[in-house]
Amino acid sequence: MRWLLLKDLQILRRSPLQAVLLVVYPVLIALLVGFAISRGPEKPRVAFLNEVPADTRVSVGRQQLPAAGVGGRICARVECVAVGDRKEAVEEVESGDVLAALILPEDLIDRINSLSTLTPRTPKVEVLINEEDPVKAQLVDERIATLLARANLAIAQRIVKEGSRYLDLLIDGGRFRVAGVAVQILGLRATAQILTALEPALPPGPLRTSLRQVTSFATQARDNLDVATPLIERLAQPIEVRKEVVSGSSPPLEIFAISVAATLTLAFVVVLLVAGSLALEREENAFPRLTRGLVSPLGLLVEKALLGIAVGQGVTLLMLGGLQLFVPLQWSRIGLWLLAILAGGAALGAAGGALGAAAREVRAVSLLAFMVTLPVALLSLVPSGAIGGGLFDLVEIVTAVFPFKPALEAMSAALDSAGPGIGRPLLHLAILTAAYGLLARLALRRFAAV
Amino acid sequence: MEGTATAALEARGLAKLYGGREALRGVSFEAGAGELVAVIGPNGAGKTTLLSILAGIVKPDGGEVRLPEGGVGWIPQQAALYRRLTVAENLLLFARLEGHEDPRGAAAEMLELAGLGERRDEIVARLSGGNQQRVNIAIGLLSRPLVLLLDEPSVGLDPRQRARLWEFVSGLAGGGTTVIFSTHDIQEAERYGQRLLVLADGESLFDGPAGELREAVRSEAPEAADRDFETAFVAYLHHRGH
Repeated sequence: MRWLLLKDLQILRRSPLQAVLLVVYPVLIALLVGFAISRGPEKPRVAFLNEVPADTRVSVGRQQLPAAGVGGRICARVECVAVGDRKEAVEEVESGDVLAALILPEDLIDRINSLSTLTPRTPKVEVLINEEDPVKAQLVDERIATLLARANLAIAQRIVKEGSRYLDLLIDGGRFRVAGVAVQILGLRATAQILTALEPALPPGPLRTSLRQVTSFATQARDNLDVATPLIERLAQPIEVRKEVVSGSSPPLEIFAISVAATLTLAFVVVLLVAGSLALEREENAFPRLTRGLVSPLGLLVEKALLGIAVGQGVTLLMLGGLQLFVPLQWSRIGLWLLAILAGGAALGAAGGALGAAAREVRAVSLLAFMVTLPVALLSLVPSGAIGGGLFDLVEIVTAVFPFKPALEAMSAALDSAGPGIGRPLLHLAILTAAYGLLARLALRRFAAV
Repeated sequence: MEGTATAALEARGLAKLYGGREALRGVSFEAGAGELVAVIGPNGAGKTTLLSILAGIVKPDGGEVRLPEGGVGWIPQQAALYRRLTVAENLLLFARLEGHEDPRGAAAEMLELAGLGERRDEIVARLSGGNQQRVNIAIGLLSRPLVLLLDEPSVGLDPRQRARLWEFVSGLAGGGTTVIFSTHDIQEAERYGQRLLVLADGESLFDGPAGELREAVRSEAPEAADRDFETAFVAYLHHRGH
């Protein structure tokens, strides 16, 4: 078997294009994934005009809030192009140099401050949009909408907090400053206590009855205003998200991206190599000569799978080495990486053997390998909930019978120390290796036939 | 089934079905050591099926084959080798797979025997069809078989390459190797085959030397007896209903 393995490696070496592709492909994928992970999404260019005077502060009631740093927050999410006035902002948008312009008017803070007065005015910001590129325009729209939602929430929470302080003062009493003068507020609680104490001093009659009614009102008002405080707080954020992980343990995004890239590379290299080299034995007419006692059909399948695993192992490790330039990987887990690549390679190799034995011709095999591997790989990345329940069940079945998904799970588990265990995907891969090995062996019965 | 004392190979009552079609119907024959037997017949006669059964590639549905202990060398019609390897690499690979104690020595010996010593380091894909066939035959001889089966070995070769091929094969037979070859070229069969086995529609119609076949033609189709061998052969088949 080792001589056949050596022969296949010699043939691979004699095909410069294949050999170069096997090295270039993983390096290219590693670079692409690395850049994608390390750079993050591109920021849309937005013209930004801030007309708000630098020293204005949002104040709620008597309290001045710290400077919001609105400009900095916005420019962290979009690429800001500073403009001097509205006309310049419009020109930038019209010329297409920016996708949108965001204008914060001079009276924005005054209007925000008016919200806690008896004459509130709605604060407004102006957004000018260039919808030349609908995708980017939507991105800008969503980011500005998110920013405004966050600003609205922050202001509402401040107002509610200040309003709650007034309510507390009304209920419990205390000192309050108006125009620099301290005013003592009695409060409903103390009012009710004083009135209750006064009541026995009055003679029975209409005056005493009225006093009792006032005492009762003060008590009821105090109790109900106590309830009002949490209700008002809820108004600022009516729905609160409570996140609880009940199933699965997703790896960090960059680890998942690396797992996908590594498994995709492994899948294409192993499936194409095993299926192609098996079909080549037939195209070279060597299969009948080999299986006339020199090597058994099963032995030939094992040899091809070993070839795929060996090359896949090298190519995948090369790619992980390249990704190390962008994302630190835990090389102490290399034993698990090798185990995941070995198990994944074996199952993918067995599947490649079955494809090669079924399709028999190198060109047909290459086409079939792409037609099977690519869609299954894409289907394996479809999350639950993204499509209808019945359709997702079908996707689950399809992805469970091809080794890509369990190989991806094994790779993720090997790369992510905090992730789920590697045992279940390894068992899944072992079952698929046996099943596809059997299919490949059966398909070899008619392999040499014309 | 008992054979003659000198038979290197015996086949008795071989039958093979492909679906509902009978590719072979009770074909029997034997070949002695150093004998050159040509298997001839029209397309679909069963020549390749017979050789494939003798080579052990196809299992017969009936009958039996007795082969010598030294094994059978099989040389398929289309060269069964790796075109991206060199001549020497091909021979060395198959010598290793055959389990030779000295694979390099065996490969070098076959290079010499096939007259390919000077081309040992050439990639097979760059060789002519004739030279590829010589490499193909050399690989088939690596196991030093007592019986060599050649399926239409001269197809695609020019006259000069054919002459060199038959010189080489005749030399092997002269050394004691039993050679059984199939061919469509009736003149070639008459010239190089010491015995002819005529198959048609899976049946064995004739088994004997070329001279006896011509005598059979004279008795069955006298009008073609004095024509060239190919015409006489076609008349014989026609007279037998094929």
